[in-house]
Amino acid sequence: MVVAVVLVLIVVGSVVFHFLSPWWWTPIASNWGYIDNTIIITFWITGAVFAAVVLFVAYCVWRFRHKDGQKADYEPENKRLENWLMGLTAVGVAAMLIPGLFVWGQFISVPAEATEAEVVGAQWQWAYRLPGADGKLGLSDTRLVAADNPYGIKPDDPNGHDDVLIEADYLHLPIDKPVKMLLRSVDTLHDFYVAEFRSKMDMIPGAVTYFWFTPTRTGQFEVLCAELCGTGHPYMRGGVVVDTQEDYDAWLAGQQTYAQLYAPEVLKTADID
Amino acid sequence: MVDATHGPDAHAAEFPDVELYHPRSWWTRYVFSQDAKVIAIQYASTALAIGMLALVLSWLMRMQLAFPGFLTFIDAAAYYQFITMHGMIMVIYLITALFLGGFGNYLIPLMLGARDMVFPYVNMLSYWTYLLAVLVLVASWFTPGGPTGAGWTLYPPQAILSNTPGQESGIVLMLVSLILFVIGFTMGGLNYIVTVLQGRTRGMTLMRMPLTVWGIFIATVMAMLAFPALFVACVMMLFDKLLGTSFFMPALVEMGELLPHDGGSPILFQHLFWFFGHPEVYIVALPAFGIVSDLISTHARKNIFGYRMMVWAIVIIGALSFVVWAHHMYVSGMNPYFGFFFAVTTLIIAVPTAIKVYNWVLTLWRGDIHLNPPMLFALAFIVTFVNGGLTGLFLGNVVVDVPLSDTMFVVAHFHMVMGVAPILVIFGAIYHWYPKITGRMLDNTLAHLHFWVTFLGAYLIFFPMHYLGIMGVPRRYFESGDISFQPPSAHDLNIFITVMALIVGAAQLVFVFNLIWSIRHGKPSGGNPWRATTLEWQTPETPPVHGNFGRELPVVYRWAYDYSVPGAAEDFIPQNQPGTNPPHSEAPKKRRGAKS
Repeated sequence: MVVAVVLVLIVVGSVVFHFLSPWWWTPIASNWGYIDNTIIITFWITGAVFAAVVLFVAYCVWRFRHKDGQKADYEPENKRLENWLMGLTAVGVAAMLIPGLFVWGQFISVPAEATEAEVVGAQWQWAYRLPGADGKLGLSDTRLVAADNPYGIKPDDPNGHDDVLIEADYLHLPIDKPVKMLLRSVDTLHDFYVAEFRSKMDMIPGAVTYFWFTPTRTGQFEVLCAELCGTGHPYMRGGVVVDTQEDYDAWLAGQQTYAQLYAPEVLKTADID
Repeated sequence: MVDATHGPDAHAAEFPDVELYHPRSWWTRYVFSQDAKVIAIQYASTALAIGMLALVLSWLMRMQLAFPGFLTFIDAAAYYQFITMHGMIMVIYLITALFLGGFGNYLIPLMLGARDMVFPYVNMLSYWTYLLAVLVLVASWFTPGGPTGAGWTLYPPQAILSNTPGQESGIVLMLVSLILFVIGFTMGGLNYIVTVLQGRTRGMTLMRMPLTVWGIFIATVMAMLAFPALFVACVMMLFDKLLGTSFFMPALVEMGELLPHDGGSPILFQHLFWFFGHPEVYIVALPAFGIVSDLISTHARKNIFGYRMMVWAIVIIGALSFVVWAHHMYVSGMNPYFGFFFAVTTLIIAVPTAIKVYNWVLTLWRGDIHLNPPMLFALAFIVTFVNGGLTGLFLGNVVVDVPLSDTMFVVAHFHMVMGVAPILVIFGAIYHWYPKITGRMLDNTLAHLHFWVTFLGAYLIFFPMHYLGIMGVPRRYFESGDISFQPPSAHDLNIFITVMALIVGAAQLVFVFNLIWSIRHGKPSGGNPWRATTLEWQTPETPPVHGNFGRELPVVYRWAYDYSVPGAAEDFIPQNQPGTNPPHSEAPKKRRGAKS
């Protein structure tokens, strides 16, 4: 009896907690509301299954608990019931998977008009690079990283000279413009994560990873590192400021390019090929 | 169901007694023993002992999260060492070792009607290699720099870089310990597989084996295929660390200095690790599935529902679990198109897994449910496993994983599904088989206390934790109080979780006390206190002596689930009960669908 009651309380308590708890996702600031919707679908389906299974167990425990003289049924199999349950489960799984795959297709298809912004991770800080007037980022290589070239930009690549370097905690982005975040690390794994954008991706030394999103709300959002990167991992914070176009242009005008900061034309071209 | 029976004249004593190794001294009987039952107890005791260390580590890390700065010896480095060792010990050295080395060794020969494992000497070596692996792991605490703090996934390059604790020697000992574990486990695992295939007694067809054996058997086959990936990953990382190779190390700049590595791939390690790591989840889960099936059937006095489906579900889950590994890597930066494939395979696994759940609860339907401690733990397993399995549908669905990956949601999910749920089965199994192992019952009052605190406490720890992850709180944060979007109430939740963790941990001391106290003071159990059908309960002596079954091996006449058979005198018929089968014997085929 006690067991059955406790099982019912677990279901009721979990559902009540879900709706009343103050802990829920942050207000979204990107176009990935689809992801939130998929999570909601998943919550409804899985919640219903959880409640059904546990309440069924509670009923069985209450109804079929041992009493003197009671004898259990002998029922080895019931193919029809098993097939029905299998079919229903497959339908439920498909109901979660299909919208999920559809949204994933969008998540990995970067729109052609997206501008690029690069994030460079190093223990334990963020730096950013924008492509500058030509719209192209210069090539980079970890082996070129040095005090006078913290991003490892190839000095002989002309595309890199006008790249805007932001050696600060905050990256600014214009609202409602899709942006492709190019992610790079010079030491170990990091992960560029902004909860309000609902997206994250690991950064791998020796590779460039990416994701894209469109900021939909102005404001300042905290960047967290979401991949363990040594003892300073929880302190690796930065920020993204989503501006109106005018504010963004004003901010951008105040930034300096690679050429202005490090004068690559006077640097020796490192021979690494 | 295969129901061909052997004639009553089938004679089991056809293996000459000399084939069995007999211990001649105290040392070979109790220490360097080749008896699977002794090895099982050695495995289980070692696993529980090292597990207590992992439990204390979880207390310490929870103290840091709820009361940062209260325990002054916990700095960031210590915290990362605690989470790394806690995870590694719990997953590998406790749960894997206990299910396969402990229950596998004890139950496979007894349940199959064998005198011992087929390679007793190798079996002994398996345990001693495992013990050595544990000792090497523990030794890392006593080296300069201490154990590694790379996280239990040991991702390079960070695992061997200088800003990670244990970079001096801890990581080397960790890798060596894992290599030893794999070697030791391979010796044991080959034994389990060959014993299941070759050591079954007469009449024990594969489709008459108890699901416990099926679960352990398939888990072992999987381990034989998955552990080599871990093995080579460890060897390659050792080379990177000690010989300066670059398997996993690209060119990188550490503290302003370019390291001599070049061209390696960190993500290669992740593929190798998870090619082991995901099957590992099922290596832990399948024995739990099997054992819990037998606990539910025995204590509900009803045959397991859909036995053949249960067997095939175990086999299919085992096979599918080798093609889902990259669902741990959706945001790792691997080719994003992999996401489609791995999301599909991952969610397909939900179907056979759900079937297992349905069959457990349908076994309860119209049963005669005895709420003994093993049954209580089995019910708690169903609740926590269903909960944890369902949150897996969030994380397996690639795009939903993007916001949730690397957050406390993941921590809550995997603790619920592969921590709490299998450990509840371990407890249930210990309450179930302790009478066979010692001849005495565990104390029932203490068992109930242990059960309620553990079950409800664990649920209260991990259920709310999901919501921190939905909010976006990352895992593996030494301090998380200053995250911008986190309301102050989140810290109250952290304190609540920590208090519950301390209480649940303390409840395990009650369990340990019960284990030790009952060896001498428990109520004598008799040979078959649960009135169970399987062979281990039919041994002439309890605890079973060397050789298990006396002069003649049992002969098996029926499947393992003849409970409450209509027309039978009692509500169970042991597998080795000879004589004609009651009219129900062909029941599984004829009665199929009869209830619908």
